[in-house]
Amino acid sequence: MKNYIIRRVLMLVPILLGISIAIFLIMQLIPGDVVSGILGIEETPELRAMWEKKLGIDRPLVTQYLSWIGGVVRGDFGESFRTGAKVFPEILWRFSISAELAILACVVAWLIAFPLGILSALKRNSVIDRNVRVLALLGVSVPGFAFATLLILFMALVFGYYPPIKYVSLLENPLKNLEIMIFPAIVLGSSMAGSVMRMTRSSLLEVLRQDFIKAVRATGAPERVTIMRHAFRNASIPIVTLVGMQIGILMGGTVVIEQIFSIPGLGQYLLTGIFQRDFPIVQGTVLFMAVIYVLINLLVDILYTYIDPRITYS
Amino acid sequence: MEHVLEITDLKISTLRGKETVPLLDKVSLKVGRQQCLGIVGESGCGKSITASALLQLLPYPLSVTGGSAFFTASSQARMDLLTLPPKLMRGIRGREIAMIFQEPMTSLDPIFTIQQQMFEALHFHYPHMTHADRMDKSLSMLRKVNIPRPEQTLASYPHQLSGGQLQRIMIAIALMNNPRLLIADEPTTALDVTIQMQILELMNELKETNDASVIMITHDLGVIAETSQHVAVFYAGHIVEEAPVNELFHHPQHPYTKGLLQSISSLTGDSRQLYAIPGIVPPGGSWAAHCRFAARCSHASGRCLTDMPALTEAAPGHFCRCFLHSQEVEA
Repeated sequence: MKNYIIRRVLMLVPILLGISIAIFLIMQLIPGDVVSGILGIEETPELRAMWEKKLGIDRPLVTQYLSWIGGVVRGDFGESFRTGAKVFPEILWRFSISAELAILACVVAWLIAFPLGILSALKRNSVIDRNVRVLALLGVSVPGFAFATLLILFMALVFGYYPPIKYVSLLENPLKNLEIMIFPAIVLGSSMAGSVMRMTRSSLLEVLRQDFIKAVRATGAPERVTIMRHAFRNASIPIVTLVGMQIGILMGGTVVIEQIFSIPGLGQYLLTGIFQRDFPIVQGTVLFMAVIYVLINLLVDILYTYIDPRITYS
Repeated sequence: MEHVLEITDLKISTLRGKETVPLLDKVSLKVGRQQCLGIVGESGCGKSITASALLQLLPYPLSVTGGSAFFTASSQARMDLLTLPPKLMRGIRGREIAMIFQEPMTSLDPIFTIQQQMFEALHFHYPHMTHADRMDKSLSMLRKVNIPRPEQTLASYPHQLSGGQLQRIMIAIALMNNPRLLIADEPTTALDVTIQMQILELMNELKETNDASVIMITHDLGVIAETSQHVAVFYAGHIVEEAPVNELFHHPQHPYTKGLLQSISSLTGDSRQLYAIPGIVPPGGSWAAHCRFAARCSHASGRCLTDMPALTEAAPGHFCRCFLHSQEVEA
């Protein structure tokens, strides 16, 4: 197990190397650069040459890449072209915001998905089941930006409520922070809930058909024990896979939702970086998201062994 | 004789669309104390659903649509299993009536150890039992069913054990709370022939030592011969013949029973080809209004294709559902 984890973490190295090269090259392909953004209409060849030299983008691509990746290895993701601020501390701070949003979204999603998914499986083909399935379909198919916009409109028009625009951190004022985070969390959570609900229902139905469920009932098990301890735990492998993927994506920030609700998360940072051709921001953020995604996948794979003893890694 | 279980006119139906389709029709059976009742028949004739119905474990959309099944619990209380409220039923399952299933490989939860599953079976009925007592009880049950190295087995997961071991463990779990009645649904079908015999001997032995009664469901008359005192032959959702085991084997009356007996393979017999009854069991919902076996019966004559024979006493204690032996024909 220990060896397995070490090997998986080591595998991060080639993955990240590949991603870093890909993102570096893609950024070169985007038309326009940071200098024209900074200078605007005042651009002259002399000023441009000065800025290019200052930012180091006059050097050959290979040199640029190597000096950047060399910094990354030492934990230095470089500075923003625009503001000169260090990228890595900014990424960490913004990650804490995206992670909080991701956790809240999961809480919302699970509170909806697990009870309804289980109920729907147990009361198969009933009125409840049919309604839950329609709800799940809506969750899966309504785009987040549409739901977010409708939610803001609805709150504004019906209750005259406008969510705060200015971000307040959790440590500063937890209540105010929650007020800011709750609506994006509901939007993200409800779309997650749709697919988790479907997976819970189908996976549980599959397990409930198996022989050992009947055998457990025949030993005198209460329904609650049969369903939660035996059926749900057996059904949870595909659910954990799905949820792990969702968390991996969410942790990296959600570009559109953070933009709509003006949450200064990783997604917003990435978007700003792309708009301003601020390469260190984009490269650093993408690399960081990749690390998070891979680590969460590893965590999910380790979690499997705790759920199902038949799964072992060597 | 004292009866532990008396089933009267049990009917089971399923739903096909909005239509109710009968699967089991007016089955009446009695199980004597310390006796083994054998139920034999081909797949799909209603043996297993009879067992499931007794513990209210029928899978959706099957349901009991008539009859009663009076069970005498160890407290001497008499109750109808079919209408027992769920809460009381849970007290019966595993404690008063235990069940062993056909597929040992899939009948234990794959993600819990044998110990967890054995402890759980005890916990449902004796929630205040101490850890040490549970351990003692589990180990002694495993020894009783001849599991070598019981301590090691307790720590194992089902996938680490063989089918024969798992079936013994199932039996150990089933007998752990000293049930009055053990329902064994094809307990040896999935096992190697060499292990089948051991399992059957074990069940016979435990029946005596635990003062338990057994319902042995099987399609194998060899198993019946090893275990049962009384036999009911099921065909297409009802009983076609019922008799004490010796009587049935030596004087089978119904053509279907005769066919079953002929299709037993014998190691010592002559090398003639194995007999097979032609045709298949008609599925529920497509039963004829006349004798349900007539289509496969070599003796079928005019009446067999128009009327339904009743279950009549052909000899003392020996009942048969066939015109060939009913008095109306002889008269």
